[in-house]
Amino acid sequence: MILQVDNPVVEVHDLTVSYDRKPVLWGIDLTLPAGALVGVIGPNGAGKSTMIKAMMDLLPVGSGYVRIFDKPIDEVRNRISYVPQRESVDWDFPASVFDVVLMGSYGKLGLFKRPRKADKDAAMEALNKVGMQAFADRQISQLSGGQQQRVFLARALAQDADIYFMDEPFAGVDIATETAIIELLRTMREQGKTVIVVHHDLQSANEYFDWVVLLNMRLVASGPTEHILTQELLEQTYGGKLTVLTKVGELLRKQEFPSREAK
Amino acid sequence: MNDFVEFFSFSDTNIRYVTLGSVLLASSSAVVGCFTLLRKRALVGDAVAHAVLPGVCLAFILSGTKNPFILLLGAFVTGWLSLVAIDFITARSRIKEDTAIGLVLSVFFGVGILLLTAIQHSGNAAQSGLDKFLFGKAASLVGEDLIAFAIVAVLLLVTTIIFYKELTLLCFDQAYAKTIGFPVRLLELLLTTLTVFAVVVGIQAVGVVLMAAMLITPAAAARFWTDKLSLMLVLAALIGAFSGVAGAFVSYTAPAMPTGPWIVLIVSMIAILSFAFAPKKGWVSRLLRQRRNKTQILEENLLKLMYQLGEQKPNYDAPRQLHELLERRAIPQKEAKAGLKRLQNQGYVEKLPSGWKLSSQGQRRGERVVRLHRLWELYLTQYLHLASDHVHEDAETIEHIITPELEQKLIEELDFPVMDPHSARIP
Repeated sequence: MILQVDNPVVEVHDLTVSYDRKPVLWGIDLTLPAGALVGVIGPNGAGKSTMIKAMMDLLPVGSGYVRIFDKPIDEVRNRISYVPQRESVDWDFPASVFDVVLMGSYGKLGLFKRPRKADKDAAMEALNKVGMQAFADRQISQLSGGQQQRVFLARALAQDADIYFMDEPFAGVDIATETAIIELLRTMREQGKTVIVVHHDLQSANEYFDWVVLLNMRLVASGPTEHILTQELLEQTYGGKLTVLTKVGELLRKQEFPSREAK
Repeated sequence: MNDFVEFFSFSDTNIRYVTLGSVLLASSSAVVGCFTLLRKRALVGDAVAHAVLPGVCLAFILSGTKNPFILLLGAFVTGWLSLVAIDFITARSRIKEDTAIGLVLSVFFGVGILLLTAIQHSGNAAQSGLDKFLFGKAASLVGEDLIAFAIVAVLLLVTTIIFYKELTLLCFDQAYAKTIGFPVRLLELLLTTLTVFAVVVGIQAVGVVLMAAMLITPAAAARFWTDKLSLMLVLAALIGAFSGVAGAFVSYTAPAMPTGPWIVLIVSMIAILSFAFAPKKGWVSRLLRQRRNKTQILEENLLKLMYQLGEQKPNYDAPRQLHELLERRAIPQKEAKAGLKRLQNQGYVEKLPSGWKLSSQGQRRGERVVRLHRLWELYLTQYLHLASDHVHEDAETIEHIITPELEQKLIEELDFPVMDPHSARIP
């Protein structure tokens, strides 16, 4: 069941993404409603992070397009915030917690300009919201996994965006952090923000999200949580691999075939 | 000493030139090197340095002069090409970056040596001194050359300061930089260009072969001393500048000595010293920490033994002989004695004619170690479902490291327990 919405905040049209010519996402057609807390769910290797990255234009796209607030992403970058996976950066980098959160203001500042006093206040406020104000001067290599995630979240909050894309914010964090994060996400939803979260835990998905996207190399389902988290759809997502699809993907890579004919 | 005064009075124009030149070259490449290092592209600097040689030779062959600007241009072009080649090979083939760097470095350097040899045998009189590019010529930096390189060096420093915020984000989190709309490709190009320029001016001082050291070593040394990027840049620049001056000084006092290799030797010495003596991360301070842990473990074990002996009667105030302690636990006698002496100095035990006795503070500390040991054993059996005969060894180490906050938490989670898994009382 794939439910499309009117006036979507995110519109993905016929999106195909390949790694080294092997498609990992096939023809995704997806629309998401405003003000929703969306969970993107699927097994390992289903292409959840890939989809988020392709939406953010971090990966070359084989075909299709993405529109956010009905505009190409480059026109609305200052309304979008991205929270990458925790492991994607080197936490041994010489920076303090505050330095990292302050990066949230860089987008609005643009090039050359230094963060002003107001930006520093905003960064401190964001740290406050994730309960990390006491750690502002801490070197980032001394943080636990949960604290690292909170710092990334604070950086996103400091951006003050309208739509948030979060890649596995709950992966490898302690219970206290998980609870704190979900509380925060709910507050954001109440303020009318849209939050899209890549998530791997089915148990909590039901409770956390009001819209769920099921993904496994192709879009299996998208809609309100209660209609989507059904036995049948979950089996389609997690059960039996699409062997033929995988094999065709392999073949494209080996033969160095394009996944779309040249235009 | 006379040499020292004469050198550092900078009364000689030549000395002024050479020193100023070395300082600018060394510090500007050090600052750029910090970002190259943080971007994990340290080896790339080495490839560029070697790839610069064919450019210098080609520029000379085509122009027939040794005008520094023309040679710089040639150096820049091939240095930059080598980076394009590395990126192209990694993106378009299955060859990984380290292999690509090795390939590009040797091919470019090979061509460079080939051209250099050809020039040297061509009988062109103007060519003398071109081979200085191999090992540098900091000592003979004069007039026109110096002005050219100084301008580039200052430009490098200024550009790095202007783009400080952007370069930092690029090195820390490139994907994020792109999502907030930073021109990531352009910034990458900028950093690449800065690296090439740093190498091109740096080889004037230390030469092609040793250039990688000037780029990376000051940055690596500075990283040991600080966790702040801005401070790291300043430190790297200072380390670079210091080695520049020191190298110039050495070659002043001993004219037969080559300046470039001396600069590299000095900067490497600083790096080794940083590695050894830097606070927290340095090798010595880590060794000291391990020693401290070892004495702490020994002392706490002694207090624990005395407390456990007291538990038997129970009489915690009775004096104990050393052999009583050693019967319960195999500690080398000498170490045990020294440990007891230290505990006596710290006021945890008292020495009586009839043996060693716990002071009231010593009793409390011994009791705490025993308590932590038994709490941890209980925790392991309850929460990790380990068999009660498997938990002792683990508790032997954990008992020394648990903080008072963790202790409180442990007690709460275990719901204020009275007995450990071996039915011993938890004090």
